[in-house]
Amino acid sequence: MSDLVKFTIDGRTVEAAPGTLVIEAAKQVGIEIPSFCYYEGYTLQAACRMCLVEVEKMPKLQASCTLPVAAGMVVHSDSEPVKQARKSMLEFLLTNHPLDCPVCDKGGECELQDMVFRYGAGESRFTENKIHVDEQQWSPVVFYDGPRCILCFRCIRVCDEGMGVGALGTINRGALSLIAPNMGDHLNCDECGMCIDICPVGALTSGDYRYQTRPWEMEHTGTICTHCSDGCKTTLGSRNGQIMRGNNRDRSGVNGEFLCIKGRYAYDFYNHPARLESPLLRVNGKLEPVSWSKALSAVAAKFSSVRDAGGTFGVIGSNHTSNEENFYLQKLARQVLKTNNIDHHRTGDIVTLVDALSGSTGQLAASQDFYDSKAVLVIGSDLAMQHPLLSFQVRANYRHHAAHVYVATAGEIREDKYATKTIRLGQASELGALEELRAALSAEPELLIVFNDMVKGDDVRKLVKFGTSLGIPVKYCALVDYSNSRGAADMGLMPELLPGYHASNMPGMTLPEMLASADMSALWIVGANPLKNAQLAAKKAFVVVQDMFLTETGEKADVVFPAAGAYEKNGTVTNVCGEVQKLNRAAASVGAKPDLEIMGLIAKEMGAAAQMGAWLPETIYKEIQSQVPGYNISLAMVTLSAQQSTPVNGGTGVASRPDLVWSAHDGLFTSGTLGRYSATLNSVMEKRRDAAADQSVVSH
Amino acid sequence: MLYNQPNPLEIRLLTRRFGLPDSASIETYLATDGYKALERAMGMSQDEIINEVKASGLRGRGGAGFPTGMKWGFLPRQSPKPKYIMVNADESEPGTCKDRLLIEYDPHQLIEGMLIAALAVGSQQGYVYIRGEYRYLIDVMDRAIDEAYARGYLGENILGRGHTFHIATHSGAGAYECGEESALLESFEGKRGNPRIRPPFPAVAGAYQCPTVLNNVETFAAVPPIILQGGAYFAGLGTPKNGGTRLFCLSGHVNKPGVYELPMGFNLLRMIEEVGGGIPGGKKLKAVIPGGSSCPVLTADECDLAMDYDTLAAAKSMLGSGGGVVMDEDTCMVKAALRIMRFYAHESCGWCIPCREGTTWLRKLLQRFHDGQGQRSDIVLIGDLSRNMLGRTFCPLGDAAALPTISIVEKFRHEFEAHLDGKPCPYESKSRLVSA
Repeated sequence: MSDLVKFTIDGRTVEAAPGTLVIEAAKQVGIEIPSFCYYEGYTLQAACRMCLVEVEKMPKLQASCTLPVAAGMVVHSDSEPVKQARKSMLEFLLTNHPLDCPVCDKGGECELQDMVFRYGAGESRFTENKIHVDEQQWSPVVFYDGPRCILCFRCIRVCDEGMGVGALGTINRGALSLIAPNMGDHLNCDECGMCIDICPVGALTSGDYRYQTRPWEMEHTGTICTHCSDGCKTTLGSRNGQIMRGNNRDRSGVNGEFLCIKGRYAYDFYNHPARLESPLLRVNGKLEPVSWSKALSAVAAKFSSVRDAGGTFGVIGSNHTSNEENFYLQKLARQVLKTNNIDHHRTGDIVTLVDALSGSTGQLAASQDFYDSKAVLVIGSDLAMQHPLLSFQVRANYRHHAAHVYVATAGEIREDKYATKTIRLGQASELGALEELRAALSAEPELLIVFNDMVKGDDVRKLVKFGTSLGIPVKYCALVDYSNSRGAADMGLMPELLPGYHASNMPGMTLPEMLASADMSALWIVGANPLKNAQLAAKKAFVVVQDMFLTETGEKADVVFPAAGAYEKNGTVTNVCGEVQKLNRAAASVGAKPDLEIMGLIAKEMGAAAQMGAWLPETIYKEIQSQVPGYNISLAMVTLSAQQSTPVNGGTGVASRPDLVWSAHDGLFTSGTLGRYSATLNSVMEKRRDAAADQSVVSH
Repeated sequence: MLYNQPNPLEIRLLTRRFGLPDSASIETYLATDGYKALERAMGMSQDEIINEVKASGLRGRGGAGFPTGMKWGFLPRQSPKPKYIMVNADESEPGTCKDRLLIEYDPHQLIEGMLIAALAVGSQQGYVYIRGEYRYLIDVMDRAIDEAYARGYLGENILGRGHTFHIATHSGAGAYECGEESALLESFEGKRGNPRIRPPFPAVAGAYQCPTVLNNVETFAAVPPIILQGGAYFAGLGTPKNGGTRLFCLSGHVNKPGVYELPMGFNLLRMIEEVGGGIPGGKKLKAVIPGGSSCPVLTADECDLAMDYDTLAAAKSMLGSGGGVVMDEDTCMVKAALRIMRFYAHESCGWCIPCREGTTWLRKLLQRFHDGQGQRSDIVLIGDLSRNMLGRTFCPLGDAAALPTISIVEKFRHEFEAHLDGKPCPYESKSRLVSA
């Protein structure tokens, strides 16, 4: 670019785009200007005064976080006056700071500690009494220690601007100023914990992590949150194989530093006391713990005899097991059990979308599009509750790029607040109401249409037709549940489709058909709970279940294998936008094995080990890479960052099955079976019920 | 507030109606040339009005002394957004009490000044942001506004000339910080009264991010006389670059404290002696805070000077908001510094680190020092901490706390030394500084 602004900092001539703030321009050339309140992406404060720099021809030191570069400007970020100013700011800051670093959660990763170490004075001249206020608990997950607070207002901004919640504010004045929650003494918010993460000091602390360990005692493992399909990277800190906390401070992954309550806290299902630790075998009508070898040989024997006798198999897969597990399961079903009766709970109509977009490329949205697209149309979903990351990205897009947001939902959603236009839909059949938006949408330079299970079957085709008729570039995102709904479809956990959406020439039974079939001989259910609200017609069927907990389905099984959770295994998962990401083992599992290993052991026991190949995730990924269209992405690339798979081919050639598609519509605090075993999610909901009860008592 | 007896040395231009019976009523106002300036301004172009104000040499009376005509000229002529007139009546500077009189005794002069400013910049809506503690003035102001509406000086088609202008009052909630223009705007918009990042300045993005003329009460009140009698007349009353008269608020150790309208450049010693009637008990002068508590103090030796912006700036102090606080020989300057710091620590909004922590630290330190627990190193520390605040805070409140403190510790170091070694305050028995 020719219109770059040339200025000088610390003797170096630097070019930056017009409008670039001095603090950012300095960072671009590797000069660190310290700050507390400046935080990329949020409104400017200029409150902490740590970033003061000397600018020639200006009488006073200038806050570099609000000063745009100007041609010919000469900046000194390391001169004596600047160093002295920084030292004095830190001296001021520490006057009312408790300096309880030895017991503070933040000790070791505290920005104030780092700054004082680098820029501060060796000793304090403050001999007066410090101001003290007692620590407060604002919610099951948020605690506030006022004296540690340096009032950088990051928490207020991330809650208001980032989350669109605005549950935090400032009370009192001067040195008595404190951050305060919206309900006086407690919070009513998303409980996302973003305020805790963004806090540079130990003022805001986490319900699960506080006073449990020190940062340097943990191992940090980046993996993918298992609760929804957004595919946030969560970095789990574990000590001795136990997960101590979740956050994502390295800001990598599709989510940057964003995490909702599930990604940050709801890893805790993994050590619930109800976790299965041993295989269970039905003996005299009762499930009893047995050895792995006994359970495996019972299953292998039964599966072999059913197969050899030409009996009917049913295989039900999961929407949160890994791609490798899904691929292996369908391969085992189709090649060893010789059945196409394989399905999973479909939570969004990806199949029809893939078919409707056949022949075109680049129309499946990536996560980044939610932040970049000039216009976004949300259909059906309460995005902030059901897809917190996508909602966060759309808000950031609006804030940073003034994106136009359109909403077409049945009820009010958070996006209404800043939407360009909102329409209320009753039923999916009312998609015609979108015509009301036609003029506005076709005037946009581009559009991202995101829809949930309200739009399925032919409605998806109608929607794509509508999008095409706008005459502008349109991308789509079909919302799904859980971490790997998309991967389950991509890997062919469907009776009518093989991996990569190739039509099967011998379509098998669907999930409801399997449950309703009276002559089912063996039913194998991996990581799903279909019998929670349904009955199995074949009373004599041999039922095998792999799960972390004894679910309603497990209770009816003949054999139950204890499965490892998502945070206890390696592999890959594919998020709502088709982005393949890596699961990395963060915790040790006691007694349980990854589903892949359980399936492999069953195959081995059936004498099919050679036919199936090694059950290592890396080996199977290579098979996926070569066999599943759209997945030709090296594992090395996936390890580096999310890589979008591109499953669009020449059309699936199968009929839409809208009858099989329904989303659980989990909100912020529910997550199917996993959510039921999360102490944090339960405590938050319990607190809310209590608060609601208190409210009704008051109002009576 | 009871208006003090006028002094013959005064030039009563803005205060000419003070003391008249029912001076706040529109009848009194109209009987004394009221709204004549408005009629004249309606015959002038926008540029002519602004040029007249420029010619008057009028500088902002809130304290910063920015030329008013120039400020008005910064507003965009063409704006898709509405433009607002905002009166800063959040008079909170210790030692300053002139705006309350201007509203209490002559609210129509303020309304007329706002009307003329509105003509000059093309505004249809004005607001008067009144200090929370001045609650009674809201009634006075509201009554005057009602009268002006009833007589057709406010509303639509004013005086049949096609202009529209509305005024509403807005109450502050008791924060000194809200006298800072950007914090005032935040508070006015219903938010916490923290200052804003500037630029943009109010002329570009003020109330509701719209172009806004934001001036002090006295500044607006000076506009009708300027339009009526001409900018040149007004300028001629003062000294070069310091046009007009000024409402000086004389308080502290003087026999006749009060608000006096004197020409700019009036000699400070004369003001104390001839206007203020000298120091009670014939005591000697020790120091004067010339323009409100945020200004560096002048020692008795420094007080023989002209009270205008430039002369005081040359003396390393400020004319500020015209609040002259006189201190006699029995005043404890350590205690004076403490009183000032106690105010600023209480009023610091808490936004930026140096002001928030610095004022509270200094308050505690000065309290301990005055209580006889000071150390010699504390004297250096007081100056150090003040200088660490000076020029580095987000808004001028930090400077306001630092400047008087630095001046006191530099000019009266011997008084600090007299408090060392556990000695009781040498002035404690004599001082008439009201105990805080």
